Amino acid sequence: MNQYFHSIRIDPEKCDGRMKCMRVCPTQAIRIRNGKAVMIEEKCIDCGECITACPNGAIIPLTDPFGELTKFRHTVAIPSPALYAQFGREILPDKILAGLKKLGFDDAFDLAFTCGEVSFAIQEYLREHKGPKPLISNACPTVVRLIQVKYPDLIDQIIPTNTPREIASRDIKKKKSKQYGLKEKEIGAFYLTPCPVKMISIKQPAEKGKSHLDGAISISDIYGPLLSAMESVEKASYKKALESICILGIGWAMVGGICRTLRLKNSLAVSGLNEIIKVFDDIERGKLRNIDFIEAYSCPQGCVGGSLTVENLYISYNKILKLIETLEYEKIKACPDIRELRKLYKQKYFFLEGKLEPRPIKPLDEDLGKAIKKRKEKEEIYETLPKIDCGACGSPTCLTFAEDVVKGKSELTDCIFELPQRFKELSQELCELLNKTAPLNPTKSELKKRKK
Amino acid sequence: MSTENGLSKRFEITGGDFGKAGEVSTKIKEILQEIGIDSTIIRRTAIATYEAEMNVVMYAKKAELTLHLTPTKISIRVYDDGPGIENIEVAMQEGFSTATDEMREMGFGAGLGLPNIKKNADRFKISSTPGKGTALDITIYLNQAGKK
Repeated sequence: MNQYFHSIRIDPEKCDGRMKCMRVCPTQAIRIRNGKAVMIEEKCIDCGECITACPNGAIIPLTDPFGELTKFRHTVAIPSPALYAQFGREILPDKILAGLKKLGFDDAFDLAFTCGEVSFAIQEYLREHKGPKPLISNACPTVVRLIQVKYPDLIDQIIPTNTPREIASRDIKKKKSKQYGLKEKEIGAFYLTPCPVKMISIKQPAEKGKSHLDGAISISDIYGPLLSAMESVEKASYKKALESICILGIGWAMVGGICRTLRLKNSLAVSGLNEIIKVFDDIERGKLRNIDFIEAYSCPQGCVGGSLTVENLYISYNKILKLIETLEYEKIKACPDIRELRKLYKQKYFFLEGKLEPRPIKPLDEDLGKAIKKRKEKEEIYETLPKIDCGACGSPTCLTFAEDVVKGKSELTDCIFELPQRFKELSQELCELLNKTAPLNPTKSELKKRKK
Repeated sequence: MSTENGLSKRFEITGGDFGKAGEVSTKIKEILQEIGIDSTIIRRTAIATYEAEMNVVMYAKKAELTLHLTPTKISIRVYDDGPGIENIEVAMQEGFSTATDEMREMGFGAGLGLPNIKKNADRFKISSTPGKGTALDITIYLNQAGKK
């Protein structure tokens, strides 16, 4: 029945309708109905702001439990580079990957390498691109959904390269199935995710197509077990561990990482949905045509600020930044072979398999004339409202309330400021009614007449 | 001009208020999105409105922008109390600008404003009285037949 899959579920048992989620939702996708939060599916872009805002833990991210691993004959962990930022400075990717294997995965794959490859593909594409600018990174699925819903006209400016996690998983399955004589579906590829939105990008990719990943496990779920698993991992030399890090890819964990490692001159790095909206508004007005590339992440500071991470986002941001600086200083460039990449690039290896389509919100009415009329009604209703956005009606703002009334989802009397007015009207009606009914009872003079 | 089956909305633009510049075009964009107007038309309208708004912010004290929407077309009228334009023909040329150095430093005044409005509109009328102000009439048709 649901047209859109979402990575968020509201538990009505836990929800006590305190409106925190409704107020933070950047797309006004939450309403309070009968004292409980409900989601308007078509408006939700899965940013996860509501998860963090809910004081009762009633909004639950749908990630996979660890137990899913047993369904497959061979399992591979593909951690987001944001996982590397969760532990102290001494703990480098090699140790984390070894720890994941101790946890029960048959293998753990360093996604930063694929990120580095995709960075290369982005650079190539930027060089060839002749169409409208700036191009926008598709690393963050929430940003892609924001464009589909609110900026459908910018859809052709989303860079058409595939995401590293999908490319890696496609490749791993192909190689492993050959290596072990298994069917591709017997191999389970699990993304270790810093945010719930990656879950939907697996269950329902933004482009039309099918994901190569089999699930997503929350970094916060795996953090504790991983920390203890790493205790028994033998310590490698720091220098050697550094040499295994791909400088081009590690930056994908934080905002600005791609632009910095590619040394892009005319680029912008933006994080936080409200900031992104400002930048996208400017693109629509044609203001940023001299910018080549925009890296945008819905979470503050990029993936390190995801709602399913553990470490303070400024500390984890700093860890990645210092790592890049160290690699730059030590001149370590453990990067993929450029000639090989160029060949793959020509074979379209890095490009999205499906096409991105806009997902505009349903208009007020299918009929243009009626839609215009309803918009006018919305305006008229809005003018009568107090405009203080108290939320008591169950809609986040007076303007959205006016829209809900026009759509028939709310009653004007749901506004508490309408109530005294209604009482006044009702009591007046009541008085009038009383006066009207009075003549039915015979008056004194009437009674006198009758006596005669 | 009948307004019965249309939606009319008036906005005020304050000259010199660079912080709020662009808000009107964003509001208009949101209205058009709610109504379900084609996204290419929305973008053309947003660009034309934004350029008109910027002209007011840069040169006038205040202006009134009226959006009028019917099932066939979007009309936008902008009346400002600015210095007016001496020679409209010259002002319509790409690259012509009277912007100050400060404005240029902020990335404005490339002399693309008026030509850009014309490019995005199906019909564009401009009239101006030096010392009094400028009036813009922008029309964008909604049906294919009316399109350029």
